[in-house]
Amino acid sequence: MNNFDVSFILDSLPYLLKGLQFSLILTAVAFSCGIALGTILALLVHLRVPVLGLIAKTYVALIRSIPLIMVLFWFFFLVPLFLGWLSGASRPVPVGATWTAFITFALFEAAYYCEIIRVGLRAVPKGQFEAAAALSLNPCATYLHVILPQVFRATVPIILTQTIILFQDTSLVYVLSLTDLLGAASKLAQISGRLTEFYLTIALIYLVICFGASQLVWRLRKKTKLQ
Amino acid sequence: MFELLSQPAPDGGTYGKWLLSGLTWTMALAIAGWAIAFAVGVAIGTGRCLSGRTIPAICRVYVEIFRNIPLLVQMFLWYFVLPELLPPNLGDWLKQLAPPWGNFLPAVLCLGLYTASRVAEQVRAGIEALPPGQKEAAIALGLHPRHVQYYVIVPQALRLLIPSLTSEVMGIYKNTSVALTIGVMELTAQARQISEMTFQTFPAFAAVTITYLVLALIVWAGMTWLEHHLAAPTSTACDPRPVFLPPVKEENR
Repeated sequence: MNNFDVSFILDSLPYLLKGLQFSLILTAVAFSCGIALGTILALLVHLRVPVLGLIAKTYVALIRSIPLIMVLFWFFFLVPLFLGWLSGASRPVPVGATWTAFITFALFEAAYYCEIIRVGLRAVPKGQFEAAAALSLNPCATYLHVILPQVFRATVPIILTQTIILFQDTSLVYVLSLTDLLGAASKLAQISGRLTEFYLTIALIYLVICFGASQLVWRLRKKTKLQ
Repeated sequence: MFELLSQPAPDGGTYGKWLLSGLTWTMALAIAGWAIAFAVGVAIGTGRCLSGRTIPAICRVYVEIFRNIPLLVQMFLWYFVLPELLPPNLGDWLKQLAPPWGNFLPAVLCLGLYTASRVAEQVRAGIEALPPGQKEAAIALGLHPRHVQYYVIVPQALRLLIPSLTSEVMGIYKNTSVALTIGVMELTAQARQISEMTFQTFPAFAAVTITYLVLALIVWAGMTWLEHHLAAPTSTACDPRPVFLPPVKEENR
């Protein structure tokens, strides 16, 4: 290996950080939309809502059996068609890679969060439902104020671990040529020919972020276990 | 919808053949990767539970490194960076490997060692879930520390683990698609190639997606069968009948 050149990395640090910013925004958006949608899906399955429950179940099973890259390609191709059909246009409406990434990650992660929340829902003791019914809470209030808060508290460590995986998975937007942390590094690496330096640097950045985050989750898990 | 698959492709075959070749590479990646992941993962996971400091610490560092770097970045490290870091003649040999193998070898190593870190965590969880009496009883019987692990702890932990290993097997076969970024022509790469050649994106993607679904179903069915087949006689979670002993017949008594 020719000598490791740090100056390249230092010069391009702002660009890499901009990429990292995109990765983090994508993670945050996919996390919030995914949790919201995942909770709805989980409730549909849990309450055995006719038709919709079955659709939710099929959706989750389907998404969880195909690779994320394949899902990204599907949405990159399908969303324009769908929007074209929705707006009545005769031609597909191009949405661009950035929007594809946001929509895909939100919908994809929803399936994974749904599984976590569904298992959490099943673990809530029956007495909680009965107590809520005895207090004559309506079903909406029961879930909103009694059941879901307990589910979230119990599943927080698993949800956060899944979110760390989500953050790692955002690197796959590379296949849509987006400039996330990895995309930024690979563009710079190809221009400068310094692949070793750039890929090792971002591997280190990912390692530090994910290791730090997983240590925090581990502490949280220990804390919640004691109570 | 799938007439596309019987249409002739530019290389003389049909697009269906391209798909099959993609399937072969996906399966090869998944199977070879899993063999590495299972062997290394069980070793590292057991290592983390040994007494002493050095071996558990080394195993922990392995797990943290391989688990906390995205698979795609690891793929690039194996493909682009490793040949540069190796001694020149070995690096050049890696770079000059004949086309499919030059991409396949880094992809398999990457997938295998990445999944190994995840398997190791499951194995550790399984070993920690075993009642401590198992280890104590084995030691009390005078088994060598190595035999305690080999005959008592690991076989029990692995049985407990089959459900979580199922999700890792599902994970590795899905992760094979990441290998397309370093040029392995597996299923997803073939889907994209066929759709680019013919502009028939929908049938190409649909055919590949269905193939993935069938693979998922096979993995799931296989692992469920394994779970029942290997269930420990004492485990009540599965079929309570003892599996390893033939049923005792009345006249034998």
